[in-house]
Amino acid sequence: MTRLAIIDSGGANIASVQYALERLGVTGTLTTDREVIRTADRVLLPGVGAAKDAMRRLRGAGLVEAIRDLKQPVLGICLGMQLLCDGSEEEDVECLGVIPGTARKLTVAEHFPVPNMGWCRTQKVAPHPLLNGLDDGSFFYYVHSYALPVSARTLATAQHTTEFSAIAGKDNFVAAQFHPERSSSSGARLLKNFLEIDA
Amino acid sequence: MVKGVQFRDHRVVGDILELASRYCDEGADELVFYDITASPDARTVDRSWVSGVASVLDIPFCVAGGIKSVADAEDVLNKGADKISINSPALANPGLITELATRFGSQCVVIGVDSRHEDNDWFVYQYTGDPDKTQAAQRRTLDWVVEVQERGAGEIVLNCMNQDGVRKGYDCEQLSAVRAVCSTPLIASGGAGSSQHFLRVFEEAAVDGALAASVFHSGELPIPDLKQYLAENQVDIRL
Repeated sequence: MTRLAIIDSGGANIASVQYALERLGVTGTLTTDREVIRTADRVLLPGVGAAKDAMRRLRGAGLVEAIRDLKQPVLGICLGMQLLCDGSEEEDVECLGVIPGTARKLTVAEHFPVPNMGWCRTQKVAPHPLLNGLDDGSFFYYVHSYALPVSARTLATAQHTTEFSAIAGKDNFVAAQFHPERSSSSGARLLKNFLEIDA
Repeated sequence: MVKGVQFRDHRVVGDILELASRYCDEGADELVFYDITASPDARTVDRSWVSGVASVLDIPFCVAGGIKSVADAEDVLNKGADKISINSPALANPGLITELATRFGSQCVVIGVDSRHEDNDWFVYQYTGDPDKTQAAQRRTLDWVVEVQERGAGEIVLNCMNQDGVRKGYDCEQLSAVRAVCSTPLIASGGAGSSQHFLRVFEEAAVDGALAASVFHSGELPIPDLKQYLAENQVDIRL
C-alpha cells in the first residue's frame, strides 16, 4: 500500500486532488506533519491561490527544509510547481528553490487572455516516466497567471504568448503547471504514472 | 465548450451525478451547475451535492447561484468546485468580486452577465432566475464588463438574453464588442442551436468557450458530433 502524503498548502483544490487519487484507488494523507511527509513513499504538493500565502504557510509549518530534503518522488501541481521553483514574480516571493527558474507573469495579447484558463495542447520535450503512454499534444486543463520559462529542466511545454514549462523536473522532483485532477483521462494517466515511478 | 446543467433542488443528487458523468464521458470540457432557485429566494441551500459531483468528475466544474458571500464561496470551493459564478449578488455588491478574488484568486471567480440589446446598446439585467423579479440593473454591459475585470473577475460568461432559448445562434455582434474590452477568458452563452452556431462564435467573436444547455439536454446535438465538426473546421479542441 502506497503511503502518499499530500502537503496541505491551504489551496482550495485539495478535495479535487484527493478525489482524483481515490479514483485511482489511492488514499492520500493530507498533512503538514514533517515526519508523515518525510516517511511517505510519495509526496504531492498541490496548491492554488497566491504563492506568498502558500510559502508563509509552509514556512509556518517548518516545512521549507523538510521539502527540500525529500528523496522520494515528489509532484508539484499548479501553484505547487511554482513553489518548487526559485521564486515567482508574483509579489517577488522567494520559493523552495528545488527546480531552477523563476515563475513569470503571463502577458495578455489577442487570443491569449490571462489567467490562462482552459484546455491546452502539451508537447513533450524530454522523456520521463511521468509522460508514459501520453500522446504528444495531449490536452490538459490549465488555470494560471504565472508560468516557469522553458529551461533545461523542462519536460513538456505549452503555448501562451510564449512557450512555457508545462512540466519540469529535477532529480526526484517533478511538477506540472496544469491540473491533472481535472484533465480527464490524460490527467488520470499522469497521476497513475507518478504513483508508479520507481521510488 | 461548457455544458450548463440547470436544476432545481427537487432533483435528487443521484440524477445530477448521473447527468454530470454522462456529459463528462461524452467529452464536455467543463460543466456549470446552475442552482437557479437560489438567488431570488434568499434562503440557505443544501450543497452536499457539490462533493458528490467533485468525486465523480475529472473535468473542471463551476457552481452558479446562491453565492452571496465569501463564506458561501468557501463552502462550495472546499467541497471541490473549481470555480464559482456570481451574477445578481455582484451587481448588488460589486465589492464582493474583489473580496472573492483576494481570498481565492481571480481564477475561481466567474462573473455571469445577463445582457439584453436595447436602444442600440446592451444593458445588464439581474434576478433573471425568476421572471417576476427580473429587472434592469441600470448598467451598460460594456461598462460592467470593464468594471468586473478591474475588480478581479477571472472569467466572464456573457448570456445574451435576446438569444436565450431561441436557438438561432450566439449573438456574435455583442460578443465581439465584449471581446474587445475583455482580457480575461470570455464564454459565450445563449442561442446555440446547431454545430454551425458554435463554429461561428469561435471564428467571429474569438470567445474562449461556448456554453449551451437546451441543445444538449434535448439530445438534439450530441457532444461528440459537435466536437468532431469543430475539429474538422480547424477549431483546436480536445477530442
